[in-house]
Amino acid sequence: MEENFKVIEDFLMVKMPEEIDHHQSDCISSIADRYIIKEKINNIVFDFEDTRFMDSSGIGIIMGRYKKIACFGGRIFGIHADKQIKRILLLSGLQKVMDIME
Amino acid sequence: MDTLSSVETKNNEMCMEFDAQSVNEGFARVAVAAFMSYVNPTMEEIADVKTAVSEAVTNAIIHGYENQPGKIWVHCLMEGDLLHVDIEDKGVGIANIAQAMEPLFTTKPEMERSGMGFSFMEAFMDELEVESTLGEGTRIHMKKKLGTSAWFQNED
Repeated sequence: MEENFKVIEDFLMVKMPEEIDHHQSDCISSIADRYIIKEKINNIVFDFEDTRFMDSSGIGIIMGRYKKIACFGGRIFGIHADKQIKRILLLSGLQKVMDIME
Repeated sequence: MDTLSSVETKNNEMCMEFDAQSVNEGFARVAVAAFMSYVNPTMEEIADVKTAVSEAVTNAIIHGYENQPGKIWVHCLMEGDLLHVDIEDKGVGIANIAQAMEPLFTTKPEMERSGMGFSFMEAFMDELEVESTLGEGTRIHMKKKLGTSAWFQNED
């Protein structure tokens, strides 16, 4: 899992796994939080290129990380989300706090 | 064409029992998707059902059994092109079903549950019913009409 995280300046890049459910979500969240504290992360990019399935646990991961960086003016981005992942993101209203890009 | 439509109109049932462990969430949704695949659902319908099953099974594990050992039952019935999915646990039950079904409501904010589980089940399936008795468990009943076989049958 560790290889899916990369720091570029004050951006944390998170390569999301193929399937995101409750089984995976705690692990992703805790690794991301470690980076946020240790590396002074301001912004987070979630990359859904490999992701074919996501349920509401994925929303929990994103919202939880957003709360951690938002108070310092940080922003979150979503890239490479396919049609299904976009549906899940929009249904949750995440576009209000997340820039969903192609 | 005849054999195909007769298969599709016959009722078909499937039942499984597995441990309430998060590792089985993927198994449960893929098993249901595989079971219903013979009616030729669209990619979107498959994704919808997988998401709804994943939400219900996750709820049973986290809320029903509160991460303690237990069993989960998934019962599927294809009635023509209408899929019924029942997901049942013998966990703690839900005190206030109406409140549990409100978007963003969660009893476990510390676990970063988004509170979107029931909203997703409602959005991705055609019907959702929740039966629950405190101390006895919860049964989720969902229905979804799967698309393309309807006009298949009209062809002949």
